[in-house]
Amino acid sequence: MSRKASGLKAWVLQRATAIYIGLFAVYLLAVMLISPPADYAGWRSWFASPTMGIATLVFVVSVLLHAWVGIRDVVMDYVWNTPARVTVLALVALGLVACGLWASQSLILVRLV
Amino acid sequence: MSIIHRITGVLMFLAVPFLIYLLDISLISERGYEEAISVIHSPPGVILLFGLMWGLLHHLLAGIRYLLIDVDLGVDKERARQTAWIVTMAAPVLGLVLTWGLL
Repeated sequence: MSRKASGLKAWVLQRATAIYIGLFAVYLLAVMLISPPADYAGWRSWFASPTMGIATLVFVVSVLLHAWVGIRDVVMDYVWNTPARVTVLALVALGLVACGLWASQSLILVRLV
Repeated sequence: MSIIHRITGVLMFLAVPFLIYLLDISLISERGYEEAISVIHSPPGVILLFGLMWGLLHHLLAGIRYLLIDVDLGVDKERARQTAWIVTMAAPVLGLVLTWGLL
C-alpha cells in the first residue's frame, strides 16, 4: 500500500474520495432532516434499493481509503520509532479492512434477506 | 485550524466501528432498529451525535476551504484568516442545529 498510496497518488485519492464523501454525507443528512424513513420497513427498503446499496458501498470504501491516507499521515508525523509505526499502521489497516467487510456484509444481507 | 482538521479526522476514524455497528443492528431486525434509535437518543448518544456532527462539519468545511485554496481561491493571508475563523465558528453552531434537527 505504501507505494500506491504515497505522494501524488495519495494527494489525488484524498481529494477524489473527499468530494464523494462530502456529497454523499450532505445527501444522507438532507434525507434524514427533510424526509427521514418513517419506520423500520422504510429504513430497510432505503438501503435495500440497488442504487442506494451501491452508493453506500462506494461511500464506505471512500471513507476507509480517506481514513487510511489521513491516519497514515498523522501516524508518520507523531510515531517516529519504526517498529511502533509499523505496528500502529498494521493495526489501523486491519481495523479498516474489518470495518469495510462488516459494513459490506450488512449492506449485502439487507438485499438478500 | 489545520490541527482541528486532524483532530476531527482522527475522532471520526475512531467513530467508524461504532457507526457501522449502529447501521448493522438497525438493518438486521426491527428490534435492532429500535435499539439503535434509543442508543442515539440516550444522553451519551446525544453527546456523541453532537460531537460527530461538529467534527463532520468542521472537517467538511475546512476540507472545502483547502480544496478552494488548492485552486488558488482565498490564498491571501487576510482572506485565509477570515475563512478559517468562519469555519471554526460555523461548525459547532451548525453541528448543534443538525443534532437538534436529527433527534
